[in-house]
Amino acid sequence: MAVVPKFVGERIKRREDPRLISGTATYVDDVRLPGTLAAVVLRSPYPHARINSIDVAAARSAPGVAAVLTGADLKDKVGGIPCVAPAEHIPFHPLLAQGKVRFVGESVAVVVASDAYKAQDAANLIEVDYDPLDAVSDPEKALADGAPILHEEFGNNLVTRALVPNPAVDEAIAKADKVIKFRIVNQRLAPVPMEPRGVLADWHQASGHLTVWTSTQIPHLLRSALAAVLGLPENRVRVIAPEVGGGFGAKLNFYREEALVGYLSRMLGKPVKWIERRRENLATTTHGRDQITYLEVPVKNDGTVLGIKAKFICDMGAYLQLLTPAIPGFSGLMMTGCYKIPATSFEQVMVFTNKMATDAYRGAGRPEAAYIAERTMDMVALELGLDPVEVRRRNFIPKDAFPYATCAGLVYDSGDYNTALNKALEIVDYPKIRAEQAEALKHGRYVGIGVASYVEICGIGPSVMLPPKVPGWESATVRMEPDSRVTVLTGISPHGQGQETTFAQMAADAFGIDIDDVAVVHGDTAIVQYGVGTFGSRGLSVGGAALMMSVSKVQDKLKKIASTMMEAPPDQLTFANRTVALKSDATKSIPLQAVVDAAYGWKMPIPGMEPGLDATSVFEPTGCTFPFGTHISVVEVDPDTGVVKFLRYVAVDDCGNIISPLLVAGQVHGGIAQGIAQALYEEVVYDENGQLVTATLMDYAAPRAQMLPRYELAHTVTPSPLNPMGVKGVGEAGTIGSTPCVVNAVMDALKPLGVRHIDMPLRPEKLWRAIRDAKKA
Amino acid sequence: MYPGQFEYHRAASIKDALDLLKRYGDDAKLLSGGHSLIPMMKLRLAQPAHLIDVTKIAELRALSESGGKIVIGAAAPHDAVATSSLVRDKLGLLAEAAAAIGDVQVRNRGTIGGSLTHADPAADYPAAVLALEGEIKLERDGGSRTVKAADFFLDLMTTAVQPGELLSQIAFAPIPAGAGYSYQKYPHPASGFAMVGVAALVSLDRSGKIASARVGVTGLGAKAFRAGAVEAALAGKAADAATITAAAAKTADGIDALGDIHASSEYRAELARVYARRAIQAAVARAKA
Repeated sequence: MAVVPKFVGERIKRREDPRLISGTATYVDDVRLPGTLAAVVLRSPYPHARINSIDVAAARSAPGVAAVLTGADLKDKVGGIPCVAPAEHIPFHPLLAQGKVRFVGESVAVVVASDAYKAQDAANLIEVDYDPLDAVSDPEKALADGAPILHEEFGNNLVTRALVPNPAVDEAIAKADKVIKFRIVNQRLAPVPMEPRGVLADWHQASGHLTVWTSTQIPHLLRSALAAVLGLPENRVRVIAPEVGGGFGAKLNFYREEALVGYLSRMLGKPVKWIERRRENLATTTHGRDQITYLEVPVKNDGTVLGIKAKFICDMGAYLQLLTPAIPGFSGLMMTGCYKIPATSFEQVMVFTNKMATDAYRGAGRPEAAYIAERTMDMVALELGLDPVEVRRRNFIPKDAFPYATCAGLVYDSGDYNTALNKALEIVDYPKIRAEQAEALKHGRYVGIGVASYVEICGIGPSVMLPPKVPGWESATVRMEPDSRVTVLTGISPHGQGQETTFAQMAADAFGIDIDDVAVVHGDTAIVQYGVGTFGSRGLSVGGAALMMSVSKVQDKLKKIASTMMEAPPDQLTFANRTVALKSDATKSIPLQAVVDAAYGWKMPIPGMEPGLDATSVFEPTGCTFPFGTHISVVEVDPDTGVVKFLRYVAVDDCGNIISPLLVAGQVHGGIAQGIAQALYEEVVYDENGQLVTATLMDYAAPRAQMLPRYELAHTVTPSPLNPMGVKGVGEAGTIGSTPCVVNAVMDALKPLGVRHIDMPLRPEKLWRAIRDAKKA
Repeated sequence: MYPGQFEYHRAASIKDALDLLKRYGDDAKLLSGGHSLIPMMKLRLAQPAHLIDVTKIAELRALSESGGKIVIGAAAPHDAVATSSLVRDKLGLLAEAAAAIGDVQVRNRGTIGGSLTHADPAADYPAAVLALEGEIKLERDGGSRTVKAADFFLDLMTTAVQPGELLSQIAFAPIPAGAGYSYQKYPHPASGFAMVGVAALVSLDRSGKIASARVGVTGLGAKAFRAGAVEAALAGKAADAATITAAAAKTADGIDALGDIHASSEYRAELARVYARRAIQAAVARAKA
């Protein structure tokens, strides 16, 4: 029999890809049920307006129309969209606007018809009489006297104010050699998943069951929320996340349309489908970032950072989605990065504006934090005339200090920041590129080198780290089938991450079987035990740990049975090559199938042992993991146009042990792409009146391959002690490291011109103006 | 989002298409690659009751050489123009502009006739067609007429095409031997259209001076245009950096430049001057005296 190879750590191609590449995967819109009706949502063109009246008569009598609903039709019949994160002011969040619209794109009415075209025809017949109101789109103006108030019941636009004071910071400021002050902006971004949102709901009248297919990262949490809003028992609601074409945090949520379509299917007794169009996606799927930070950084002349005092203005948008006010907290907690900074304090003012809600977007609070920490390090270097690398080294948490408790109260699990930095410097040949940079400047070329040493927070829990109803644990069931193939049911809900590959690698090695002998099942609440979902780079570190718990339970049972068959103690047995073998002598073995036959057979060899081979486990982490690394980019800024060209991009990431190198590389590639895009291209723009300017992909600059450099990737490996695999997570690392790295590089290029800071995105025009102004001066 | 109802017609010949145009009049739109029309229909900014697909008309897709002219069928996809050896050999500037359009999917589907008649102010083709002095043939019921590129673009998304007319082909004189050319574009970071695009075609005389220069500019103003002042400032002059820079500095003169969040009108004008200088320099570098 052929030898079964090992899979963990090998460059295994993603098992998901053939169906994705060949166009045979099943997304929500590919699920076709007979008699399905189509829903189209009528949306507000105004950022802020009172609704005087809505005339739906013509729409209701249009051809093919089954139903037209407005906010008035839903009043008191259905709940609102929940926000589980604590906040001082949480407004009612209706499925359809009630009396007022508060952002461009807010749902005002829904039309259900025999097809989407007819539904759109009818939607165009709805007449809404709006009374436009003044709007506020600038979060710094939202709390000013006389600002238009979004939710009158609160009397102002404050969502909540979070204060983490620390008198030690003020002491540090008083005794510092220098206090560096600056303001930086993490601009609003749109996640732009390749597949927009989409929902199909099918109410089965006879059984009182509702099945909902939706493009989500959290099928189980969504089932709970949906059941609550619609007033249905959870055991009568089934949520299926079929193929999900990317989420980036935007699908870690529960949206109006998910509830609306479920409600409509129940009301009409027919399947109803709504597929989000790209314009709707840009206007009504959660945005990310949108934080303004004022920083005061006391330093010693040798570059030692004594503290960070920060004030954040966080734009929450018009309503609060699932976790909206929870996101900025991560920015405050993580803003000291990988540095031993003895005192920090921060104040976060979260405000309502006439915009779409913000919520998690790839990194969710940590990219903002890394941007703060890494711009701070470069500011310190600039102000004190030091090398940015030296400033980092001077402030790094030393590798013997782990586990390290930060002054914000987090405990970093493990780390070795200097080694990652050194490796990146070596790859890029730092002294040589600094010399080349100086030489280039002599010829009028503006070359810049940007360094970012990031640390981030992954694998959240424990549960107390998260709001109620979004726990931090994860579940997995492992079932060895009668033919000795393995089925894994995981509570995470991969939507591009590739756990059908990684989990199969892990299970295959554990049982000595082939990767093709493992099936990984996810995303269906009727099949999979309750789980939490995929976000915050937790799939492997939390979901994988639950998997390994169940794996060892099934292994133990197999070993016990084999032990009686082989007359050897269970702890002397191992799994290899589809056999159970003696650890000491692999030639002494019995076929795995024989053990499985015994477990499922008519005569269990161990009297009293329960037949069958499956186990379900829940892993509750004791702490978070903290991946880290150093990214270095080398750029050249064209002084004639301000256009940034990449010369090098080096990323050294430490995500602990690596299960699947190709998948890690894929995550890093995609992450860097989105991080570079924040630095250089992307911004959701609302004008001062609250109109959405970046309403289509003709205006919103999502990155494309030719806008990105070639990546030179490397790793250091510092295992996490907090899970059995020693993994940390890598889903967001690229995004977190790359943004400050690129901004630092561009600012370094413009340093000879006296440019100190320019806010993202670093559009060529901004750089061109800065260069022109500097040359004039 | 979702277009209104329309009837789709596949024209088998130019005559067929013209007959359909005549029959349905203002209710009809010609459909070629559909890259601009279909999005407008989805937003219901356009709601034609009839679409007449011209892309299956064989003669509209042909690339040929006849009577000393290179003739490009209106329904030739961008990729066909970019990769045709005929076009690359004799109309290299057009091939360069075609290759700079959008991405592979766009180039496989979008067509030159569609691009020219839509006259998006940021489309790539118009700059090259202007610099190459293309002759645009418009067919109508019972006849046809030819419009020079310089007379074709009238205003923002407005051309010389009259109701009932169909753009069938564009004819070009081959680029003279020894002439140099270049299309230089700064792509809009979101749309991929030209923030600015400059097509330059330069011939040198025996002494190495610029005998003639033609410069087409797109993206800057409401319509693509020939930069006459730039051309005049080059003609008869030495092909040196100072001349080129001074000439290119006139690129935006008299143009009401467009602006958006990615590039204000002031910056776009500067981009046009820089890209004109680079296109002319590249064309000069390729030209042989």
